[in-house]
Amino acid sequence: MSLPKPDELISDVKLHSTPAKDWMEIKPELRKGYYLSIVEPKYLEELDLNHMGKWQPYDEKWPLPDGWQEKVKEELQRRMRINRAFKLFMDICVRCGACADKCHFFLGTGDPKNMPVLRAELVRSVIKGEFSTFGKLFGRLAGARKLDEDVIKEWFYYFYQCTECRRCSVFCPYGIDTAEITMMMREILLELGIGTDWGIKPVHNSYYIGNHVGVPPQSFKENLEFLVWEFEEITGIKIDLDKYINRKGAEIMFVPLSGDYFAEPGIYTMLGYLVLFHYLDLDVTMSPFATEGGNFGFFNSLEMAKRLHSKIYDEAKRLKVKWIMGGECGHMWRVWHQYHNTFFGPIDFLEVPKSPITGTVFEHAKSNKIIHIVEFTADLIAHGKLKLDPSRNDHLVVTFHDSCNTSRGMGIFEEPRFILKHVCNNFVEMPENTIREKTFCCGSGSGLNAGENMEIRMRGGFPRANAVEYVHKEYGVNHVVCICAIDRAALPTLFQYWVPGVEVGGLHELVANALVFEGERSRDVDLRRRPLKTPVKGVD
Amino acid sequence: MNVGWSFLIFLVLLLIPWVGVGVLGLQGLFVTVIPYVCFLIFIVGLVYRILNWAKSPQPFKIPTTCGQQKSLPWIKHSRLESPFNTFEVVLRMVLEVLFFRSLFRNLRADLQGKKLIYGSAKWLWLGAILFHWSFLIILIRHLRLFTNPVPSVIQFLDYMDSFIHSFGVPPVYITDILIIVGLSFLLLRRLVDAKVSYISHGSDYFPLFLILGIVITGVLMRYNLKIDVYAVKQITLGLATFKPAVPEAKIGTIFYVHLFLVSVLAAYFPFSKLVHMIGVFFSPTRNMPNNNRAEMHVNPWNYPVKHLTYAEWQERFREVMENAGIPIDEEVEKEEHEWYTIYGPNKNLNL
Ligand code: SF4
Ligand code: SF4
Repeated sequence: MSLPKPDELISDVKLHSTPAKDWMEIKPELRKGYYLSIVEPKYLEELDLNHMGKWQPYDEKWPLPDGWQEKVKEELQRRMRINRAFKLFMDICVRCGACADKCHFFLGTGDPKNMPVLRAELVRSVIKGEFSTFGKLFGRLAGARKLDEDVIKEWFYYFYQCTECRRCSVFCPYGIDTAEITMMMREILLELGIGTDWGIKPVHNSYYIGNHVGVPPQSFKENLEFLVWEFEEITGIKIDLDKYINRKGAEIMFVPLSGDYFAEPGIYTMLGYLVLFHYLDLDVTMSPFATEGGNFGFFNSLEMAKRLHSKIYDEAKRLKVKWIMGGECGHMWRVWHQYHNTFFGPIDFLEVPKSPITGTVFEHAKSNKIIHIVEFTADLIAHGKLKLDPSRNDHLVVTFHDSCNTSRGMGIFEEPRFILKHVCNNFVEMPENTIREKTFCCGSGSGLNAGENMEIRMRGGFPRANAVEYVHKEYGVNHVVCICAIDRAALPTLFQYWVPGVEVGGLHELVANALVFEGERSRDVDLRRRPLKTPVKGVD
Repeated sequence: MNVGWSFLIFLVLLLIPWVGVGVLGLQGLFVTVIPYVCFLIFIVGLVYRILNWAKSPQPFKIPTTCGQQKSLPWIKHSRLESPFNTFEVVLRMVLEVLFFRSLFRNLRADLQGKKLIYGSAKWLWLGAILFHWSFLIILIRHLRLFTNPVPSVIQFLDYMDSFIHSFGVPPVYITDILIIVGLSFLLLRRLVDAKVSYISHGSDYFPLFLILGIVITGVLMRYNLKIDVYAVKQITLGLATFKPAVPEAKIGTIFYVHLFLVSVLAAYFPFSKLVHMIGVFFSPTRNMPNNNRAEMHVNPWNYPVKHLTYAEWQERFREVMENAGIPIDEEVEKEEHEWYTIYGPNKNLNL
């Protein structure tokens, strides 16, 4: 798809002027490059989900099923009945606008309907118009409108222009979380049979194959074989892969992300995990059936999220491990941290995670028995269990991108920074208002990382890229570290567009690069075979 | 347009007591029936709202974590932004409710050429704080009219509020000034800031007009159109002790207007966005601790879902796994499991 040049793209963004017409009067106009394609019906069918036949969003008339209005109303009411958050968020927004300029999609498009408050208002207005007496009496004056086909189009358009990043929730005086609303609305769309290609196919893959890119078990192993072969070529150290795959009775089960063994630059992070395991001679195994921590179900509905992750605890049971460790991922960790225990608890067949190297008991994970590999590694470093040579990362000037989910849905801020400061010498923070809990989304999360919606991705990622551009120009940053597999997939494209010259990688790639093995031969290249002495130019 | 209509409605409301008392002489209606009815609506409505929220379960623990989680002992944990226990949650909520902490964080983002810049934006916070705190103090101060004898706390508050008397200025309440400043700011902001005005409905302007109307009539009553305070106290005490009486003395119509607008506000409160005042306490992103992995949260409607079992999967991939040298698990048995769904054609769950 041809994308306008960066300068052109941003030139039409007006943050301070609004359309002359009331937003309710502006009919949804589905712009190409902004929305996702619809999945083929068979995938929905095979997942026991409704579908609307063969159609695409650009069709003039959408093949909505008979009685769809009743259905949508019922679904809205049901969600208010079983989910307090949803009901409350519909009721208490005062439209103060504090959230308005916090959304990266608003900052990148200037479209007022991308202000979180209006995004949610797309639903609120219907709830008022259909269920409330005041709303029926005063109509638009009370912010109410009727449910019609355009509303559904608008929902589809704008709820897939939200990456469920929660940045808006940080600033809202009542903590209204538009991400929750987006989730509910995507669920309702799914109930009608509206599922996106990029959202549902990965679910299908995860469900039937084991991971969202559909890598079958033998290829999973081949990919890892290639990685450890590379490592041996570079360092002469041989990693015995067999003990890590489908071995029963290990102490720890590790859950990787397909993003990390599927393509660059994630694979170096995957290699990083393996190198670390080998270094520690850790008693760890991976299930080829649960080779996906990333949960695409979550982007469609909570039930799908639960269906996809059920296998993780089942596998832990089958492999008879003591506890579970997860790789560097964002949405996966939102689900693991905020939903898992509720979905699957109590998890009493596992033990409270305890590091076999340092003896640290991870009390904060005592109930769901899952820890983040970043927590694990930070603990190792704090106990001096890793011999590190940070100068091996001297060819990089590094900044850290906090992923939305690990920050605002989990609260991991210090652990990755602690590790970074030990594995590299040149670490720079991006401007304060764009990191930690105020971090900006990659613009491609929550199932938006497709090809057909490239324009909205580039716009949504603009604030992130802009902050990176600042440190790139100011401090020569050439490498962005993140702890999210989607970031590793999405950011390279984003930076190629906005800030050429910046590369992306995971944290454990740098850890592995800095790890000093006993008696190893001296290295002159890093895991990516880049010379250690010359500063990296980055992708261009 | 939204502004115009809501102002019009406000004007109509203003006229009702004017005509009702000034022309038709229906004092009784305005000092007894209407306040009682409205107050009743307020109570019943509010209880209804609270029960209504409380009735829906909060299925998941979804705190927004704006600070470092509690994890390893040597990492400083942000107790306010990522509370781990109830005490810390209470602290977070107190700061939220009393000092609008999240709003305090507010930022302004702007595009400068191709550069995004951020600035602090505390005006909204200031306006909101001025308004809410003044409103609260004024409310408490009014208890003076509903109590006899007046508790010393209220007397003290009253004294403090008007302490600038002692500088020889005319007797004014500080809060009266501050609330007008706060409200005007909030109203102006809605009118002037393009973004905010775009998102504002009539139902956003209306409460502002209403409260501003209440404040202004109150202020006028006190400073300009002196009214018979003794008679007012008779009415309010009567209302408070459920012995309502229509005063004999003549009180200025402005009092009736004030009282009527207050009644309208009370009745309108539970059905409008003003319930945010109660709702904020229920907000799961703020009132839940971030101890998700340490303490299990129970979702009352949790249900078993379908998933592919390892056995089924292994059958499918057995051959390729054997070829690739991945261990096969011979012990697993195919398990049948019961499952439910709320989706799709095979829907079998009705929540
Ligand atoms: S910050 Fe919260 S209350 Fe204010 S407009 Fe946004 S969602 Fe509504
Ligand atoms: S969750 Fe993120 S993407 Fe969605 S409305 Fe809020 S800020 Fe925007």
